[in-house]
Amino acid sequence: MTAETAPAVGAALPAARRRPVRPGRLGLHAFLMTVSLAFLAPLLLAVYASLRPYEETAAHGYFSLPRNLSFDYYRQAFTDSGMSKYFVNSLIIAVPGVLLALFLASFVAFAVARLRMRGGMVLLMLFTAGNLLPQQVIVTPLYVMFNRIPLPYWMSESMTMYDSFWAVIAVQVGFQTGFCVFVLANFMRTLPLEILEAARVDGAGVWTQYWRITLPLCRPALAALGTLQFTWMYNDFLWALVFVSDGDKLPITSALNNLRGQFFTDYNLLAAGSVIVALPTILVFLLLQRQFIAGLTLGSSKG
Amino acid sequence: MPLPTMRPAPRARAGRRGPRRFTRRDLAVLGVLLGLPVLLDLAIVWGPTLASIGLSFTSWDGLGEIRWVGGKNYATLFTDYPQFWPAVRNNLLWLGFLGLVATPFGLFLAVLLDRGVRFSRFYQSTLYMPVVLSLAIVGFIAQLVFSRDQGALNAVLANQDHPVDWLGDPDLNIWMVLIAAAWRHTGYVMILYLAGLKSVDASLKEAAAIDGASERQTFFRVVFPTLRPVNVIVGVITVIEALRAFDIVYAINHGRNGLELLSVLVTDNIIGEASRIGFGSAIAVVLLTVSLGFIATYLVQELRGEKQT
Repeated sequence: MTAETAPAVGAALPAARRRPVRPGRLGLHAFLMTVSLAFLAPLLLAVYASLRPYEETAAHGYFSLPRNLSFDYYRQAFTDSGMSKYFVNSLIIAVPGVLLALFLASFVAFAVARLRMRGGMVLLMLFTAGNLLPQQVIVTPLYVMFNRIPLPYWMSESMTMYDSFWAVIAVQVGFQTGFCVFVLANFMRTLPLEILEAARVDGAGVWTQYWRITLPLCRPALAALGTLQFTWMYNDFLWALVFVSDGDKLPITSALNNLRGQFFTDYNLLAAGSVIVALPTILVFLLLQRQFIAGLTLGSSKG
Repeated sequence: MPLPTMRPAPRARAGRRGPRRFTRRDLAVLGVLLGLPVLLDLAIVWGPTLASIGLSFTSWDGLGEIRWVGGKNYATLFTDYPQFWPAVRNNLLWLGFLGLVATPFGLFLAVLLDRGVRFSRFYQSTLYMPVVLSLAIVGFIAQLVFSRDQGALNAVLANQDHPVDWLGDPDLNIWMVLIAAAWRHTGYVMILYLAGLKSVDASLKEAAAIDGASERQTFFRVVFPTLRPVNVIVGVITVIEALRAFDIVYAINHGRNGLELLSVLVTDNIIGEASRIGFGSAIAVVLLTVSLGFIATYLVQELRGEKQT
């Protein structure tokens, strides 16, 4: 508690910013810097390891000075291991997944929060509670169900919903809609009702009230939620692992496991793979940091 | 998963009017656009949940006949399945570690950052960074740090002569995995508390300060109680994360050798060679029961908050 040295009364006030540096502040910075570096270190280690040949780290360990640095593992991950194909798979799942989840959830939220439908509370609970269940509770019956739903060949080469993108997208959307309903309903409650009433007086139907009047007001919330949902769907590991057996259809996060050999794992290659998989989410995070954080905290506070 | 609180609706009651008439087109729109998500939610989430409960009383390999066996799966699970109790223990450890170490640490960091230190943006971004990573990646990165022969930790400790097998030793590896999980959880908790702290009315703190409260008193007696909605969310997230834990251990060693978790046992029983679907479902129902307890508590809290306004 290095910070405790600051005078008690002034420290709690926001007005007390920009004071001359004091030993207490220095201690605070030293502490925060140490923690920050400790948090960054594993990521930096992964990047560092991915640039070095296996023989070198096998002989000297990951925590040693570099002798050779190269992007060979990245080339290998892209050419031999087909990471670009898996990346496309991830997009095929996550992009429609996010759009569908937002669309479906925003209408439910609109009906619950804006139209104040009877039974809206029950709906809200149904969706919220559903999103909190552990995935393993629903995985078995879904596995059985998807194996029994036939799909035409043009939709799925396996002729069943199992082992197709449809299964993964359906589960992602079904599962994440719950969370989106919840967040969007909270957001929509803060919008002024007068606009909607005015539209109603002008004879706007439910669809117009939803699509033309409410959704445009929800843009910040949708952007925030979309960013967050994209990251989650992209990061998901379990659904594809269970519902996809064809290695060519795996999304990139689940495919990472394939970089492990049966008897021997080149951890440097795995590190390169991890960096490749993590890079898009880190970029999204750095570029859309405000949206990302807003998505996480939306509705949990005024702001 | 994060979970914002239901914000009390400012005009929820006052604005309610008599029944509105919907045109036929409105009803069609409502029917389709409410029906689809509800059906999807029932088909993907609630139907399978009920099916899991049903299947847990049967014996089934996924292909042949489904035989009703009553509570036999549960009896086997509790008495004759050696991985079960270690998995329960590990899930509880996970909950305890996140709840007693990672969550308070996240709160502590949020309080420090909320004081308006310089470079606060840099600290925030760095501390959040692990949150955007997939748990599977966290598992892979953990191997670089904790691997016995080449791992960075053993190198930093300079104990090459007697290297510690951080992830291979069944008494030790769960703690290393917990540290990796906490790495991600801390930043998450911090974001939520930081947002909560920013919305605390500054005049409350001023009033406390004028009344001569120390900083510590101001925080624990004045600020912390107003954070109740955030506390509830963080509590729920912590519990749910602990029950859902799967990816990290699966990425490390498929959840064996000291890293057993309930979620891993479920997955192993369904997609494993044996395909013991009834038995796997029984484990899933144990998970379900525990999480429903927490979910119900949470919803009741939310409803109570809703009624107060």
